[in-house]
Amino acid sequence: MSEYIDAIADANTVGIVEKQFFTFADAHTPFLLESGQQLPSVTLAYETYGRLTPEGDNAVLICHALTGDAHVAGYHDPAKGGSGKPGWWELMVGPGKPIDTDRYFVICSNVLGSCMGSTGPASHNPDGSGLYGLDFPVVTIGDMVKAQRELIAHLKIPRLLAVVGGSMGGMQVLDWSCRYPELVYAAIPLATTARHSALNIAFHEVARQAIMADPNWNRGRYTPASKPATGLAVARMIGHITYLSDEAMRRKFGRRLQDRDAFSFDFDLDLPDFQVESYLRYQGRKFVERFDANSFLYITKAADYFDLAAQHGQGSLAGAMSRARARFLVISFSSDWLYPTYRSRELVQAMKKAGRDVSFMEIDADFGHDAFLLQNERLSALIANFLDHSQAKLRMEAGHAV
Amino acid sequence: MRFDLQQIASWIPHGASVLDLGCGSGELLAHLQRHKGVRGQGIEHSEDKVARCIGRGLSVIQGDINAEILDYPDGRFDVVVLSQTLQQVYKPAVLLKEMLRVGRRGVVSFPNFSHWRIRVQLLLTGQAPRTSELPYAWWNTPNIRVITLKDFRTFCKAHDLPILEEAALDTDYRRQDGHVLRAWKSWRARYGIFLLGNG
Repeated sequence: MSEYIDAIADANTVGIVEKQFFTFADAHTPFLLESGQQLPSVTLAYETYGRLTPEGDNAVLICHALTGDAHVAGYHDPAKGGSGKPGWWELMVGPGKPIDTDRYFVICSNVLGSCMGSTGPASHNPDGSGLYGLDFPVVTIGDMVKAQRELIAHLKIPRLLAVVGGSMGGMQVLDWSCRYPELVYAAIPLATTARHSALNIAFHEVARQAIMADPNWNRGRYTPASKPATGLAVARMIGHITYLSDEAMRRKFGRRLQDRDAFSFDFDLDLPDFQVESYLRYQGRKFVERFDANSFLYITKAADYFDLAAQHGQGSLAGAMSRARARFLVISFSSDWLYPTYRSRELVQAMKKAGRDVSFMEIDADFGHDAFLLQNERLSALIANFLDHSQAKLRMEAGHAV
Repeated sequence: MRFDLQQIASWIPHGASVLDLGCGSGELLAHLQRHKGVRGQGIEHSEDKVARCIGRGLSVIQGDINAEILDYPDGRFDVVVLSQTLQQVYKPAVLLKEMLRVGRRGVVSFPNFSHWRIRVQLLLTGQAPRTSELPYAWWNTPNIRVITLKDFRTFCKAHDLPILEEAALDTDYRRQDGHVLRAWKSWRARYGIFLLGNG
């Protein structure tokens, strides 16, 4: 997913928020991974907004996408080194917003394997050998969810009112609902899929190849001074192409030139010809500053391995969905060619076969895969209404109706 | 609530599971959920209407009814409703069979094309009739077929679709009140509602 949020003048913000950390597992009780390997210690970076009710019936877990982090909304205190940049879903999360922090207790954690505060290849190996690098075991979406489950237990949340996420966050939403059916009352998978297509894997593989072909990568043993910056930047550029749409790119850039009136007839790395080239280079540069190349390898691998049917339904998607108990709101976007609408329809079909309570809508939007991150009245209203009704239903069932 | 929907609701038992094909903005489902404790699921084509349904707490899938119904297992619902949509269905026999596959009962309603106004219009003006129920001209109508009560009965017999109940309504569908007709139904009914089922 892209980063659209630079600054929003908005009074409805959760304000100053703080990243927190939760560490679990130890040498005696390590965290077991799907691969059969284990981690002697896991730390998750997370943020929470709002307050958990005494009944514990208002917790909303947000799952972030590929390169996201726990910072969903609000600002990190500039006095403590915060960037002053709002969280990645500031549009959606805050007081009076669709995921209303006055009503809901909102949690988001950085996924296992990432580099935004949670344990991953950029963390120190507790055996004292330095950073993990490629010694970090390969993790899966299921492993990420199991780690989040530990955090939810630590926060003493008896059951999640809802789990919400787009793209790879949506995969986590789906895994949550099949892995811990009794813990998920409602689920909102956005712009996502039950498993990657060959096309999806291909894009990820090209991105990984870009990193691994960078001489600085050095089989994952690089130093801050000599990072595989070029490879990681190219990997990011590939991602950005898949997040937009033909139409969005045409409108945003067309064939316009960047700061020039004529072609350069040259291959200048600093002065590109086209605006779209300039945009991609900028996105690449910006990404390299904040993201770890090895983490990128691990997380894309996790997304590629994800297969809901294989994991929870012995190959049958309907079988997987028959494990779930949640009420679902599935949303796709018309111009998303990374996870097109038919991928969401496959999910909905399986949910119908399995007798799940499901709502589905394809939102007409022309910003490609990234549409779920952008201002969209339709999306906002759907999420707000669905959460509202889900909470009312949950409370009615629990016998303390509002 | 619309009178025709009241009539449909009267045939739906308390606590039933209901699939509403072409549920619009969810008026029937919302009523059934509130007053009859029904577990409802809707299918609707229009994005706006799906959004309104979700806004009132209903579970609705955006899609084509002919395709969406195929995914449900046999006997998944107690009642499947097709309200005011039959005249737009391309393969009615296939859809009605599907309705009775996924549901124990089917409810079908449509505007009656043998109403006396329609007969008189065609007879006197020689033009394709237009009524408040079927207000379009031949060139812009979404209604690809016209159906009379008698036609529908014949059709059901031919396709082995048992009719359990029938109500002929003498009312504009926008109205909240109306009558269920006893006599001269073919001439006087603006709408027909049929309850289908396998015994």
